[in-house]
Amino acid sequence: MSTPTGATAAPPTWRAVEQIMGMPVSVALRGRHAGDTGARDAWAAVVAELREVDRVFSTYRDDSVVSRLGRGELTLAECPPEMAEVLALGERAERDSGGAFAVRRPGADGSERFDPSGVVKGWAIERAARHLHALADTDSCLSGGGDLVCRVAGPDSPDWSIGIEHPDDPTRLVGRVPMRDGAVATSGLAHRGAHIVDARTGRTPQLVAAVTVVARSLVDADLDATSAFALDEDAARWLAGRTDRTGLVVWRDGRVETVVGRVA
Amino acid sequence: MRRIVLWSLSTLTVLVLLFGYHTSTSGRLDAAPAAVAAPVTGAAAPEPGASDETPSGGTADDEAAAGSADAGNDAGSDAGNDAGSDAGTAAGSGDAADGSYTGDVASTRWGPVQVAITVADGRITEVAVPQYPAGNPRDVEINNYALPVLVQETLDAQSASIDMVSGATVTSEGYLTSLQSALDQAGL
Repeated sequence: MSTPTGATAAPPTWRAVEQIMGMPVSVALRGRHAGDTGARDAWAAVVAELREVDRVFSTYRDDSVVSRLGRGELTLAECPPEMAEVLALGERAERDSGGAFAVRRPGADGSERFDPSGVVKGWAIERAARHLHALADTDSCLSGGGDLVCRVAGPDSPDWSIGIEHPDDPTRLVGRVPMRDGAVATSGLAHRGAHIVDARTGRTPQLVAAVTVVARSLVDADLDATSAFALDEDAARWLAGRTDRTGLVVWRDGRVETVVGRVA
Repeated sequence: MRRIVLWSLSTLTVLVLLFGYHTSTSGRLDAAPAAVAAPVTGAAAPEPGASDETPSGGTADDEAAAGSADAGNDAGSDAGNDAGSDAGTAAGSGDAADGSYTGDVASTRWGPVQVAITVADGRITEVAVPQYPAGNPRDVEINNYALPVLVQETLDAQSASIDMVSGATVTSEGYLTSLQSALDQAGL
C-alpha cells in the first residue's frame, strides 16, 4: 500500500492478487518474509490450491465434481473427501439459520438448485491461508473477493486495519475493524452469480443491504454473513444470538447497525 | 496472546447497561451516573460525577472503568442491539418524566462519552450517543473480536490507512472500481 500518512510507521506490506474462482484473491504480508522467495512460494501454494478447489467445486464448470454430483453422475462417496466436509458445513449452517441458508434451494425457475458455493469460498480461503501462516514472523491477510483471513505473528505486530465497503459504492467505507487473528466476511447482493435468497422461500432480501461478520474462522464468518443476509429483517437479531461474533448490518434505508454476539 | 479491542460502540453498550442497572437499583432517574445526569427537558439533576449521588458510592468515572470488564460479558450476552430495550426495561420502575435527556460528557478511561435518552411512559424508548471515544483502546475485553466502528469515508489508496477491504462487491466489475483494487495496484 502507499506510504501511510499516520504517525505510526507501518512495516512495508507486500501484496499480490490473482483472479481465481471468478474473484480477485488478494494477499498482504508484513514482516520477515514479506516479498521474499518464501513468501512467493507460499503465495504460489495458495493460488495452486484455490485453482484446484475451483476445479472440484465450480458450478460454472460442467465437468467439475460438484456439477457431476449435482447431476447425479457421481455419488458423494465417489467425490474427494472435501466434498463431504463442505456439505456438512452447509448442513450446519442450514440448521443454525433455520433453513434460510441451504446448499439446495429454489432457483429462479422454481426448480431445486444444488450449489454449495456459499460454503466453498470461505472454507477454501481459510484453508489456503495455512500456507501463509507457516511463514515465521510474518503477518498475513488473505482475501477472496472481500472475505478475508488475518493473522499476526506476535503481540508486537500492528493490527490489520480492515475497511468495510459501502454496499452501494465500492469506493466508500461504512466501517472499519481492526483485526489480529480472525476473519471478516461480508455478504450482499453484489456477488457475481451468487444472488443470495432465503432458501425457504426463494425470496431475495429486501430490507438488508449487506451484513459483515467478524469471527475466529472465515468458515464461520462467511456462513453467518450469508445466513444473516438471507434472514433479511432478522439479520441483526439473529447475528446477536451467535456466539463469538461481532458484525455490522447495513440496511437498505441507510441505517447501519453494529452487533455484538454472545460471549463464548 | 490475542490482543483484544473494545471499540466505541461497545463502550456505548457498557454505559447503557450500567445506566440501566443503576436506575433499576435506585428507581430514580436523577440518581443515574454522570453520563445521563443532565436532563435537557425535565427535572433538574445532580452535577455529573457527584459521587454521593451515585447509588453504589463510587464516582461515575470509577463506575464506568470498574464496570468495564464484567459489563463486557453482559453486553455480549444481551447483544448490543438489544441494550436499549434492556435499559428501558430496567428503568421502567423509575418515575422519570417523559422527554429527552442528554447527559453531560463523562470522562472515561477510553475518552469522553455522552449519552442521550428519550423517555416515554417512564421507559427509555431511545438511546443515542452524541459523543463517544474516537480512539482505539486496547485494554478492555468485551468479546474476542473488535466491534466494527462506523465511519463515513471516501477512500483511495493514497488516503486510506487500511490494509484490506471486506465487501460483497469486491468481485468482477465491482472490483474495477473498488478500493481493494486501488490497494492492490498501489502495492504491486
